[in-house]
Amino acid sequence: MPLTMKKLAEIFTNRETGLTQGHRMCPGCGAPMTVKIVLMVAKALGYEPVIGFATGCMEVSSTIFPYTSWSVPYIHNAFENVAATISGVEIAYRALKKAGKIPSDKKYAFIAFGGDGGTYDIGLQSLSGALERGHKMLYVLYDNEGYMNTGNQRSGSTPPGADTTTAPVGKLLPGKIQLKKNIVEIVAGHENVYAATVTTGEPMDFINKVEKALQFDGPAFIAALSPCVRYWRMDESKSVDITKLAVQTKYWPLYEVERGVYRVTRKPTSFKPIAEFVKAQGRFRLLLQRPDAEQIINELQQYVDRRWERLLALEEATKDKPIR
Amino acid sequence: MTGKKILAITGAEAAAYAMKQIEPDVVAAYPITPQTPIVEYFAKYVADGEVRTEMIPVESEHSAMSAVVGAAAAGARAMTATSAQGLALMLEIVYIASSLRLPIVMGVVNRALSAPINIHCDHSDAMMARDSGWIQLFCEDVQEVYDLTILAVRLAEHEDVRLPVMVNQDGFILSHGVEPVEVLPDEVVKKFVGELKPIYPLLDTDHPVTYGPLDLYDYYFEHKRQQIEAMKNAYRVFPLIAEEFYKISGRKYNYVEPYRMEDAEYVMVALGSSNGTIKDVVDELREKGKKVGLLKIWMFRPFPKAEIQRYLTARKAIVVLDRAVSFGAEAPLYEAVKSALYEVAARPLVGSFVYGLGGRDLKPEHVRYAFERAMALDLVADKEEYLGLRE
Repeated sequence: MPLTMKKLAEIFTNRETGLTQGHRMCPGCGAPMTVKIVLMVAKALGYEPVIGFATGCMEVSSTIFPYTSWSVPYIHNAFENVAATISGVEIAYRALKKAGKIPSDKKYAFIAFGGDGGTYDIGLQSLSGALERGHKMLYVLYDNEGYMNTGNQRSGSTPPGADTTTAPVGKLLPGKIQLKKNIVEIVAGHENVYAATVTTGEPMDFINKVEKALQFDGPAFIAALSPCVRYWRMDESKSVDITKLAVQTKYWPLYEVERGVYRVTRKPTSFKPIAEFVKAQGRFRLLLQRPDAEQIINELQQYVDRRWERLLALEEATKDKPIR
Repeated sequence: MTGKKILAITGAEAAAYAMKQIEPDVVAAYPITPQTPIVEYFAKYVADGEVRTEMIPVESEHSAMSAVVGAAAAGARAMTATSAQGLALMLEIVYIASSLRLPIVMGVVNRALSAPINIHCDHSDAMMARDSGWIQLFCEDVQEVYDLTILAVRLAEHEDVRLPVMVNQDGFILSHGVEPVEVLPDEVVKKFVGELKPIYPLLDTDHPVTYGPLDLYDYYFEHKRQQIEAMKNAYRVFPLIAEEFYKISGRKYNYVEPYRMEDAEYVMVALGSSNGTIKDVVDELREKGKKVGLLKIWMFRPFPKAEIQRYLTARKAIVVLDRAVSFGAEAPLYEAVKSALYEVAARPLVGSFVYGLGGRDLKPEHVRYAFERAMALDLVADKEEYLGLRE
């Protein structure tokens, strides 16, 4: 029987998830929620999680020496190399198992977590290398669409029009010009991978995909839209709701690509305009004051519409046609 | 030592052969000239099933060091090799490896750093990493590459040390030069290096640990102090391991090798393969009755200051040869030697000679010239001079 929220709640009433209370992330932050769901699913399925973390908010907030919020093995190496680090851990596991130096009955889950900076940008090479080498690992991206650890700078994931300190909305420029980099397509472009999008606002979809990712025979990648309440400028009680809105506005379509086969996992019967998603967040406040705001929002609307149509077409085209 | 096995191999093959006998759990590496043959030889051992090592052919040196850090933290014996730009690319993680106290052994095939791009030997890459918290050993010949690679494993993994070690060999000169090398039987090497006893391995999920936490001003300083102490321990532990290695090989290593130093009044100090050339010139000058000697440095980090002081005090003149520079300051080895000599009772004259950048040959006449300057007491401590340079 597939895992449910209720089941997870029961299992973890008297059991640690692996990430304990007392970490110093902001209230309402999407990252610890994302991490907890992943850890709970892994543990509930009998895996022993071993965690690698890229430099970022979550890393600095959960391991301030002499404290640690992690009750599972955890390694932070540097900003851009969590995929390579976890691939080293995973390869060590293979070697030590082969040599009979570790118990063979343990079922490990090697999980790398990185923010959008460490994944879309500086860590992309390390991620691509690890995917190409085919390590049995799960890479989880928590995507808050900017460099939050250093304070609201643009990333390759920042959407156009969002106000950031390195691509600010100014008198001349309307904030970031470029669209988000499509990280799932990049990951899915590697052979024999599982790639999926999730959000905390759709937990059942999230849980199912983690389960699938952990059981996938090869590298798996999960991209979680993970709001930063400080940067997105919204009430901390709204961070789960906004991810639901992201799905309802086609901003963050929920889908998966398994060995080249696309599947859209949530197909809302009706959609809301992207403007609702934009207007719900303070990071677009300056954009909305500009005379060209409507034009930029329209362009974004056209983009998400086209991408949605394309996803459906890919789903149709790749049905029963796995790459391997 | 009956039934000695002697192979005619290059420095690169010697490093790979030692790695094969050590049979680490994990090797992650990226090819870079002139280190490439090490990776190639080792990949062939893996492909032929001669080692049970898991090898990851990573996409960059940065990832090589990152993966080796992950593997070592997991509890595996992990090794890699690199050179010049590769070491530069991995440098960020080189510091992390030593700060996490991971006993990694890495062969460094010394090569000039860009720009301009140059694939030949000098020590600018090693000197770039000299303060990274790694133990640094330098080899004169291919035999030493083989021996010190094996010895390095024990040094790195010693419980009082737990620091990574770089085994430096001169690019092309050693890495691609064939020399006779006496190798030990596999089982002797296996027994010597023994099993790695992992400390706080990540794979021990019953005792979870957090590696690489955020460490602010309230603890970072103390952690650095622990690293400083570990380096000091390396200095203490090295001769003990060298003694054990002597018992299995008959070859004796130490922090430094004194060559014809008994009554030497004029002494040269150098790192790496040029020591071979210097020895020849020392022999030649000795035949002419000149009181010259050589102090070869095997261990550059931790710096064997006490030996430097002990061997160099009261000599008439010291010539320090550097195959690297420090822009705007004194050459690295010279600076260290001169600094050590500040404390000795009878300070000799000292002179700094930089040679061989980008692979330029050090010829016997260069060494002879430097000795002649020393014997004429024509050395100025504050003057950096160059051997074999067109001015």
